[in-house]
Amino acid sequence: MVSPVDAPCDETRVREILGTVADPEIPALSVVELGLVRAVRWTGEFFEIDITPTYSGCPAVAMIEEEIAAAMSAAGVPAVVRRVLAPAWTTDWLSAEARRKLTGAGIAPPGRVIPGWERDPVACPHCGSSETELVSAFGSTACKALHRCRGCGSPFDHFKPL
Amino acid sequence: MSRELPAARATIVELLLRLADDRLVLGHRLSEWCGRAPLPEEDIAVANIALDCLGHASMLLEEAGRVEGQGRDADRLAFWREPYEFRNCLLVEQPNGDFAHTMVRQFLVDVHADLLYGGLEASSFPPLAAIAAKAHKEILYHGRHSGAWVLRLGDGTPESRARTQAAVDALWAYTDELFAVDEAAEAAAAAGVAPVPSRLRQEWRMRVEAHLREATLRVPEARPRVPFRGRAGRHTESLGHLLTVMQSVPRAHPGAAW
Repeated sequence: MVSPVDAPCDETRVREILGTVADPEIPALSVVELGLVRAVRWTGEFFEIDITPTYSGCPAVAMIEEEIAAAMSAAGVPAVVRRVLAPAWTTDWLSAEARRKLTGAGIAPPGRVIPGWERDPVACPHCGSSETELVSAFGSTACKALHRCRGCGSPFDHFKPL
Repeated sequence: MSRELPAARATIVELLLRLADDRLVLGHRLSEWCGRAPLPEEDIAVANIALDCLGHASMLLEEAGRVEGQGRDADRLAFWREPYEFRNCLLVEQPNGDFAHTMVRQFLVDVHADLLYGGLEASSFPPLAAIAAKAHKEILYHGRHSGAWVLRLGDGTPESRARTQAAVDALWAYTDELFAVDEAAEAAAAAGVAPVPSRLRQEWRMRVEAHLREATLRVPEARPRVPFRGRAGRHTESLGHLLTVMQSVPRAHPGAAW
């Protein structure tokens, strides 16, 4: 039986550490910016970090959990990562900063999540043209679709609204 | 099973296995296209959809094992059950055929899954409601994809239309099972865990038929039904072959980890 102890740092510090863990498939973004971190709480023994998977079959989730555990351990903060499913992750949780960074990395940020089949037009992250077309709804990773810009001719990834 | 589970838990385990096995077997079938799809983009698309399906199966199996409480995790349930223990419907285990055949099978399943998972989001069993809410979003993407292919192939060349029509005709008889009601389905519905399968039929037919007509395809006439026994563990020969491949690595190297 371990008796409860004071936390070695505050939650802000934990979130700072989490901010250094990049998504393995989108290194421009941290797991915090992607909205994967749902809660951080001190249990009296360790920090419990709730994360939510982006896509059900995303192979990066296990890796992200390991990297979070490694980052916390390197910072000397005891932590356990817990996977939570509800509420389901949505691209609406991406911060404005995250969307700006995505565009900077050549990935069109997700538009609004609209029920049904309709989608907002996707602007080219390279030249800003809205004259773009969908090449494939499924791209290099589960979270991306492949588009092409008719303005500048570049192919680009689009982070799917989910 | 070594010990009898209380009725409520047994109902939930049975339902979770049915849902999981549909996704697992379908995901495996789709993965068989890996490296063989007609276009590079399609290869990636089918692999992505397969991955989503396996992700759904994994969550559902994990939960089934947890509720069952007999120490079986998702891997154990996926790789160490025999064909007669699988609870998937016969539609998803049908061999891939040509690409039109795979896309028609996917479309028929996707429309059903859209309605089913929409209903499961209101499940009285919270873990299932959470899994359903997550999976449903992805299923919508799958349906948009398969639906687009059915349109493109059906309303395409005489060759593509003939093949797509042949696929619709061949698969149609297996769709009845999606709506079949038995004791377990009734028990799950009575407990508010899942919708009554037959309640989804009308909406499914309306959507599927409208789409087939748009794709200039003929809706098959009612025909003698194939016996629907997948939910009871009685499968077509195809499932045995599929499982032999799917389970070969874990069974050749029991307990291996990497």
